[in-house]
Amino acid sequence: MDTRQQVVARAGAAFRSGRSRPLEFRLRQLRALERMVKEKEPEIAAALRADLHKSECNAFSFEIMGVLGEIALMVDNLPTWVAPKSVPKNIMTLTDEVYIHHEPLGVVLVIGAWNYPFVLIMQPLIGAIAAGNAVVIKPSEISENTAKLVAELIPQYIDKDLYPVINGGVTETTELLKERFDHIFYTGSSQVGKIVMEAAAKHLTPVTLELGGKSPCYIDKDCNLDIACRRVAWGKYLNCGQTCIAPDYILCDQSIQNKVVENIKKTLREFHGEDIKKSPDYERIVNKHHFKRLVTLLEGQKIVYGGETDEATCFIAPTILTDVSPESKIMKEEIFGPLLPIVTIKSADEAIQFINQREKPLALYLFSNDKKLIKRMISETSSGGVTANDVIMHYTLPDLPFGGVGNSGMGNYHGRHSFETFSHRRSCLIKSLTMESVNKIRYPPNSQRKLDWAKFFFLKRFNKGRLGLIALALLGAILAAVIKVAYS
Amino acid sequence: MDTKGDTPGKAPTGSDTGKTDSTAAGMSPYVSLVSSLRSAWLTGKTRAAEHRVSQLEALGRFLDDKKQPILDAMASDMRKPPLEVELSEIILVRNEVNYALNNLSSWMKDEFVEKNLVTQLDTAFIHKEPYGVVLIIGPWNYPLNLILVPLIGAIAAGNCVIIKPSEISSSTEKLLAETLPNYLDKDCFAVVTGGPAETTQLLENKFDYIFFTGSPRVGKIVMAAAAKHLTPLTLELGGKNPCYVADDSDMQNVANRLVWGRCFNAGQTCIAPDYVLCSVETQEKLLPALRHAITQFFGPEPRESPDFARIISDKQFQRILALLGSGRVAIGGQTDDRERYIAPTVLADVQPSEPAMQEEIFGPVLPIVTVPNVDEAIAFINSQERPLAVYVFASDSKLVRQVLERTSSGGFGANDPMMQTTLISLPFGGIGNSGLGSYHGKFNFDTFSHHRACLLRSMGLEPMNSLRYPPYSERKMGLVTSAFEIKRKGTCTLL
Repeated sequence: MDTRQQVVARAGAAFRSGRSRPLEFRLRQLRALERMVKEKEPEIAAALRADLHKSECNAFSFEIMGVLGEIALMVDNLPTWVAPKSVPKNIMTLTDEVYIHHEPLGVVLVIGAWNYPFVLIMQPLIGAIAAGNAVVIKPSEISENTAKLVAELIPQYIDKDLYPVINGGVTETTELLKERFDHIFYTGSSQVGKIVMEAAAKHLTPVTLELGGKSPCYIDKDCNLDIACRRVAWGKYLNCGQTCIAPDYILCDQSIQNKVVENIKKTLREFHGEDIKKSPDYERIVNKHHFKRLVTLLEGQKIVYGGETDEATCFIAPTILTDVSPESKIMKEEIFGPLLPIVTIKSADEAIQFINQREKPLALYLFSNDKKLIKRMISETSSGGVTANDVIMHYTLPDLPFGGVGNSGMGNYHGRHSFETFSHRRSCLIKSLTMESVNKIRYPPNSQRKLDWAKFFFLKRFNKGRLGLIALALLGAILAAVIKVAYS
Repeated sequence: MDTKGDTPGKAPTGSDTGKTDSTAAGMSPYVSLVSSLRSAWLTGKTRAAEHRVSQLEALGRFLDDKKQPILDAMASDMRKPPLEVELSEIILVRNEVNYALNNLSSWMKDEFVEKNLVTQLDTAFIHKEPYGVVLIIGPWNYPLNLILVPLIGAIAAGNCVIIKPSEISSSTEKLLAETLPNYLDKDCFAVVTGGPAETTQLLENKFDYIFFTGSPRVGKIVMAAAAKHLTPLTLELGGKNPCYVADDSDMQNVANRLVWGRCFNAGQTCIAPDYVLCSVETQEKLLPALRHAITQFFGPEPRESPDFARIISDKQFQRILALLGSGRVAIGGQTDDRERYIAPTVLADVQPSEPAMQEEIFGPVLPIVTVPNVDEAIAFINSQERPLAVYVFASDSKLVRQVLERTSSGGFGANDPMMQTTLISLPFGGIGNSGLGSYHGKFNFDTFSHHRACLLRSMGLEPMNSLRYPPYSERKMGLVTSAFEIKRKGTCTLL
């Protein structure tokens, strides 16, 4: 059994061999991952069911489909993305090659989370491979069936040395973080995010931290409550509330609180029937520790719906709490469970203030027919992302960067943003050894005349239109010739 | 004091919020400063385009009005020649101001993105927003440029900013502290002066972004401090920038460019060519060319040339002095501690184990390490920490390409050092030990902005949404796939 250090060292050596860089290699690995997901779909779904009581449909929609889509996107776009990107030149560099060269960073560490244990490992992995890196994969030990399956499957399909899977708990992860990586991608809690960043600081390793927080959901008096509540109920109770971008709590006016409650109740009955425990589509809390944590949050609260729990199966019914105090325990930590507090406020302004008094969340949700209000709420608050008049959906568009801000994280990924996250943008200027006369204006001995030439060449005075640029280029060429004569 | 670091939503109405805490035992003296900037931030006034434009224009005016004081301060700090000051500290900064002013409105616009079937009727865009209160820590070698250019980015992006210029370039520090606040909105902008102790205290506070330029050693300290608050950051650090000179090069042109790069600001430039890698034969050809270039530029006695700077401090002077024992002094080597003068110096036949190859030189001293061929040169470069820049001098474009592909660095220059950083369209930053993040031009604006994903849906089309609601069924799964996925190019979707 290889040690952690040996595994990481081998990944580093494999990276330095250069074999993860060619485009063809990256595409081959990505297509192999695609085959893995398609061929092993039943096994993956079974692991997710064992870990979270996730239904096959949810497993497909949220863990498998997203992965296949991401791979398809990468394979289609990678040839364009890896090509050197030419950038605008100035007069001094008109005859030179100037471009940005996207390069891999080296050995990337991806640490997954337990709530969407497959997709939260696969999507960063796909991005890191697409960018040409070696990747050390560390699935969450809490979703142990998925962790075990990932460790079994990955080496069967893609390069064993470049992409090792390391499993283990807190101790092992802490030890792993002592190794030097070229990028660390972590999904999890803000508390552990700080520990990861601190470990990264020792090696000046850049990090992407996908953390969490309390994503507020503002429901305006002026909106279609029936639809709003249906969408909120869907997003809140998905995966039994264990979603980083679930609407954590509702902010609404006292006058509509009851209607909100009634609508959500109605929706839940439509979704799951009268006896939710029997519904095959409703998940369970991942383990006893989180189950107990959630039960404590219910203490002292006014439960108007749900509240049933069963420790043996880690079952907690979809629950609604009304008139929740902002000072209560449930409003002090990310819930990550099927408990929906409603906090009443008197106006949109109060909602904005409430949101801004707290840490910046991963997502902001707002329901309103008033487009101006939506614009204002977005511009007066901050969050990782926003979906207005729905929840969660901004996650599904790969062209939108997915990430947090402040306590909810730093950096982002998905689609092209993944490629950029795991790449280094190297600035390249390729000159020739000729045209030395142009260079002479910057060499000592200095003089006022040289300074004036330098200003002409270097100073960006105005916004040049395309025609102006051509004229300037001609002028530059003439001047270069003049200077050559003057200084030769 | 709110432990989360954010003061309550409404700006304090003329009260002493925060000021009373600063005298409490053990409390950082900057708590009230940061707190007042945060209050200004929460009023939202730095977000408005007009405010950003007015601040940027004011910065432009500062550069115009204070040109002579700037020249004087630089001369006082490190005897930086006027042309070098104009080029590196004034022109390049003014370029960034103008570029930001010219492009601000397009940078600030929401960036619309491609949608899938389900979101076809929705609005999806990336909204650029400021982080909040930004801290910029500057170094002493280009004390104006390396603090004002990030400041331009931070202001353009709509943030409130605290700048902490280096105390080592003390004349420039004084100029900035005394005059810059008069040009900018004092509610939203502040200058903090002081040394390592003050910087440490400042870093105890929570910032929404930190931009640091300096050494890797201090970079680690800054990042560890940032980790406590989950503050994102950009670190512009340093390293030893290798310069491979191929055998077939035009030696005089190579020498001119090398000497220019090595001696600009007396070598105190993070992207200067740090050391040369070449064959023994090339070293022999390069030495007379280097000698010729130095004489052309600075005359037979460089100490008398007005175009050659001095070392910033006694500490730095002594540090570089200690490196002169490496290899053999082939050119220069003269020093004068009263003026902190070190002559343009070339050390030949330096061994990788010697002191000159153990640290970033940051002085007008160029070691030459001989290697038999380009493969050895590449192997050597890859055995070291990744630098801010890799340079190659060669007429063979295939060789240039080889060095580019087989090494890693912040940036890359063929046949000329440093110029890649004068192009506003290229991102400037390091990798590994030489830094993380980048800036200049639009990258400056992007660095100081949070890219917020926004999806504005309509309340209609609810039947489409019903595909995603329980109870689930096989039929629904097929439809869900079609609606959500972005299809591979060349396939068609029929719903």
